[in-house]
Amino acid sequence: MADVKRAIENVEPWNDPQAQPYVRIENVTKMFGEFTAVDSVSLEIYKAEVFCLLGGSGCGKSTLLRVLAGFETPTSGRVLIDGVDMAGIAPYERPTNMMFQSYALFPHMTVENNVAFGLRQEGIAAAEISKRVGDMLDLVKLGPFAKRKPHQLSGGQRQRVALARSLIKQPKLMLLDEPLGALDKKLREETQFELINIQEELGVTFIVVTHDQEEAMTLSSRIGVMNAGEIVQTGTPNDIYEYPNSRFVADFIGSVNVFEGRIVEDQPDHVRIESQEAGCPLYIDHGVGVTSGSRVWVAVRPEKIEITRDKPAQQDNCAAAVVDEIAYMGNQSIYHVLLESGKKLRITRPNQSRTSSDSITWEDQVFVAWHPSSGVVLTA
Amino acid sequence: MGERMMHGADPLARMLWRFPPYRWCVAVARRLGLTGRTAVIAIPYLWLLLFFLVPFAFVLKIALAEALIARPPYSSLIEWSEDTYLTIKLNIGNFLFLIEDDLYWKAYLNSGKIALISTLGCLLLGYPMAYAMARANPAWRNVLLMLVILPFWTSFLLRVYAWIGILKNNGLINNVLMGLGIIDQPIVMMQTDFAVYVGIVYTYLPFMILPLYANLERLDVTLLEAAADLGCRPTKVFFTITLPLSIPGIVAGCMLVFIPAVGEFVIPALLGGPDTLMIGRVLWDEFFANRDWPVASAVAIAVLLLLVVPIMLFQHFQSAEAEAGV
Repeated sequence: MADVKRAIENVEPWNDPQAQPYVRIENVTKMFGEFTAVDSVSLEIYKAEVFCLLGGSGCGKSTLLRVLAGFETPTSGRVLIDGVDMAGIAPYERPTNMMFQSYALFPHMTVENNVAFGLRQEGIAAAEISKRVGDMLDLVKLGPFAKRKPHQLSGGQRQRVALARSLIKQPKLMLLDEPLGALDKKLREETQFELINIQEELGVTFIVVTHDQEEAMTLSSRIGVMNAGEIVQTGTPNDIYEYPNSRFVADFIGSVNVFEGRIVEDQPDHVRIESQEAGCPLYIDHGVGVTSGSRVWVAVRPEKIEITRDKPAQQDNCAAAVVDEIAYMGNQSIYHVLLESGKKLRITRPNQSRTSSDSITWEDQVFVAWHPSSGVVLTA
Repeated sequence: MGERMMHGADPLARMLWRFPPYRWCVAVARRLGLTGRTAVIAIPYLWLLLFFLVPFAFVLKIALAEALIARPPYSSLIEWSEDTYLTIKLNIGNFLFLIEDDLYWKAYLNSGKIALISTLGCLLLGYPMAYAMARANPAWRNVLLMLVILPFWTSFLLRVYAWIGILKNNGLINNVLMGLGIIDQPIVMMQTDFAVYVGIVYTYLPFMILPLYANLERLDVTLLEAAADLGCRPTKVFFTITLPLSIPGIVAGCMLVFIPAVGEFVIPALLGGPDTLMIGRVLWDEFFANRDWPVASAVAIAVLLLLVVPIMLFQHFQSAEAEAGV
């Protein structure tokens, strides 16, 4: 999946020390009784960013979003939007608008009235409201459906009504709770691009909550991975995927092979790791800065592992294996191979040609190998 | 006939199949085109036929007869004369009498007025109660629901009598107010329309609360959050979202209160004064005091016709709602 966002935007305000964050979340904690839903989260989000909060269910991402919308009061910490402290500001007075996971369209109102609802609260003249509603419905391609009721629309159309209804208020901060969650796969992919196009056209700052890592990768300028109420890593999709800082992140984003091992040699430019699971010395071309002998994990992505019949020349990062299972996916094949230690590896290879005369098949003796730059050493 | 095919693996059906009477019944039902499905649908219709339409036909028959001092106290509609003529005499005089005598018109109108005001009272009192129940802590909801239903465990008659003790001149309210020195003359509440309103509102309040609660409890709270998020203040959220979406509950509650309140007899008889004119009392008097069964039946049919209109409106509204999928 292409990273649409990054192709268009080359500016990275989070790397610019001069840039002022637009939304500041400072040590926000939210407790429900004894349960800590959000655990001292701090984030800085810049204008016109699409920031994804990614995590499994119950990780606190939706609660954090509700804190931003004003539906939940943080137990401690504060939220600033465009420099204004949001403490004590009711949801109906906040410069935020939320798109609900269930869309929460008003069932007794037409599409038009749903979209106009926000503007009517501001006391804007009827003529201007109808003009802006018309423009907004054109933007989300719902012009012909203006007079329909929500139950007469398809899932994708309802999603766009919900988007239009929130966007028409021109919020400083738009909050989207699983915006594509209720759509089927094909529609979701189309809508992802549409959503980003609209976001760029209007320049609104988005905070998107999702449990779908693919959605997060596609939509976001940056991702905050959450687990058990805490932000475990923040970074661009590329950072998160290629340089995860923990086994949790490595495993949550995409699939990964993890070898447990011990540091044998730690230099600034490389490390050597001894791993029983891998059955071969592991060599990685970056330093870690931990004491020799400490327990670490090496993560290698399935697509970065080569699979060959002949033994490669390299000694490190190379092991003998037996093919256990092959799954043909069309564009790629997934191989499950068993190392001598009994460890199962997942390897993906693109199917570049239609047929292969010497294709690897079940029970074949093979060698797996990867480049020193492919592995990532994880200490947690 | 393939026994296995018809009954599948259901052991009860297979056991029953061994008894010839069951087989005969099935054969007859099948000959009549009666399957299990139509039988299930037929049960409520049969019930309505036996316990509504047939009695209604009797009442209609009596309404079209003439009053006699006899047993039964009305004439027969069908008579044989000269051995060859079958005469059917339909007396519409009873209905004409209802129109001519303004007592009946006044009683109908007054019943409608009392029922309408009582329904409004129930709505104004019941809506906040149902709303509070629906928004209460889930652990409390069932307790509150029990409290609403609890009065039904005591006899309705006893509860209305209890109101006499509360409302009468030396009753609870007057004694307390006089004891506190707020009034020196008792306020006359018994045998007034006010007492009738109190009685009806008190008695029928649960019928208003229950459908309203069922509706409000189902209301999606995210809709209210969405409205607030779009800049709508809490009171306006209530009038633009909560209230319109609870209309089906309001209609159901009002019908459940209005319809029985129109024909209410016991409450006006016990709490109302001699000039509290309600159709239920008129009917009672015609039947038991005057022993004029035909006029009483005509009154009953007129009540029914007057109530059919709101019931049909209700039905129409409900099916429209169901179609809209709200």
